[in-house]
Amino acid sequence: MKDDQVRYYAPYIGPFDPCPPIRIKSYNVPPQLFIPFQPPNLQQFQPADALRLGTLWPALYSPYSSKQSRIEEGDNDAEATG
Amino acid sequence: MWVYEKKLQYPVRVSKCDPLMAKFLMEQYGGADGELAAALRYLNQRYSIPDKVIGLLTDIGTEEFAHLEMIATMIYKLTKDATPDQLRAAGLGDHYAAHDNALFYQNASGVPWTASYIQAKGDPIADLYEDIAAEEKARATYQWLIDLTDDVDLQDSLKFLREREIVHSLRFREAVEILKEKRDEKIYY
Amino acid sequence: MQKQLDEEYYRLLHELQAVDFVLVELNLYLDTHPWDTQAIQQFNHCSQNRRQLAQQFESMYGPLMNFGHSYSGAPWQWNDAPWPWQV
Repeated sequence: MKDDQVRYYAPYIGPFDPCPPIRIKSYNVPPQLFIPFQPPNLQQFQPADALRLGTLWPALYSPYSSKQSRIEEGDNDAEATG
Repeated sequence: MWVYEKKLQYPVRVSKCDPLMAKFLMEQYGGADGELAAALRYLNQRYSIPDKVIGLLTDIGTEEFAHLEMIATMIYKLTKDATPDQLRAAGLGDHYAAHDNALFYQNASGVPWTASYIQAKGDPIADLYEDIAAEEKARATYQWLIDLTDDVDLQDSLKFLREREIVHSLRFREAVEILKEKRDEKIYY
Repeated sequence: MQKQLDEEYYRLLHELQAVDFVLVELNLYLDTHPWDTQAIQQFNHCSQNRRQLAQQFESMYGPLMNFGHSYSGAPWQWNDAPWPWQV
């Protein structure tokens, strides 16, 4: 999930940790953190899409895919492992 | 008063009998940052908050009950007709001993819901900051629940609920801005 | 006898859920943007739309709301399954 709603950091890796280290970790920074007060007349989704995505406004939409599927795709934190 | 509507806010489908996932979902049913806690927190804070944000607390609190019903539906479907053996294998043997297939307001570890999960400080800013934090914690819980299942139908409903936390968080942040404004000053258009 | 739900049930229900969702979103938005007249207009328009849809749904599948917000045929239809978590 390499998009602008994710931030990464590299934790310190100690020499005595038994689990294979995850070198790059990530966390979410969804859009509400960057909108102090929603401006009027934002572009809207069609009703069926709004329902499916959970919001009426694309500017508030935050995708999330499971960590498990991200690991399988090798598209994340895990890719830096080992 | 409240009026019930005989439909879910969003369709809930699950593609397999999965009592273990039902156990995890109880975190959002009777857990600290779950939907019951959210609904009761917001509706209870209404009595000691400036009039202009009571409508928002009422509406978000009411929507949380719709989300509670969605979580209940997930748990119901994931455990429906599961045998005692299946429930035991999913770590729900103790649940079965006390409740059979009934739902109960407890978290994923079986700890019963308590009012100490929620606060009403009577200070509007303190209460709204708690509400914003509650939405962010619920959003995080939905992320970890999505990580715990490979059922795409279930993930779909959980993603809807996660997005709702984001919108609620924004509205509570806006409520703080409204309360910060001086008389006669308008921050909104 | 168990009521069999057809495809039309799920189609209509979904359409109602979609317009009702737009109403929830506009409602929360208007709670913090009470002067956005364009959003109010959209809200009122959707509200009218949902009333018609709900009426159509109820004429086919029974009452959606209790306490007099929906009409009932005889015998009393409110008790009829399915309930939301059963579909």
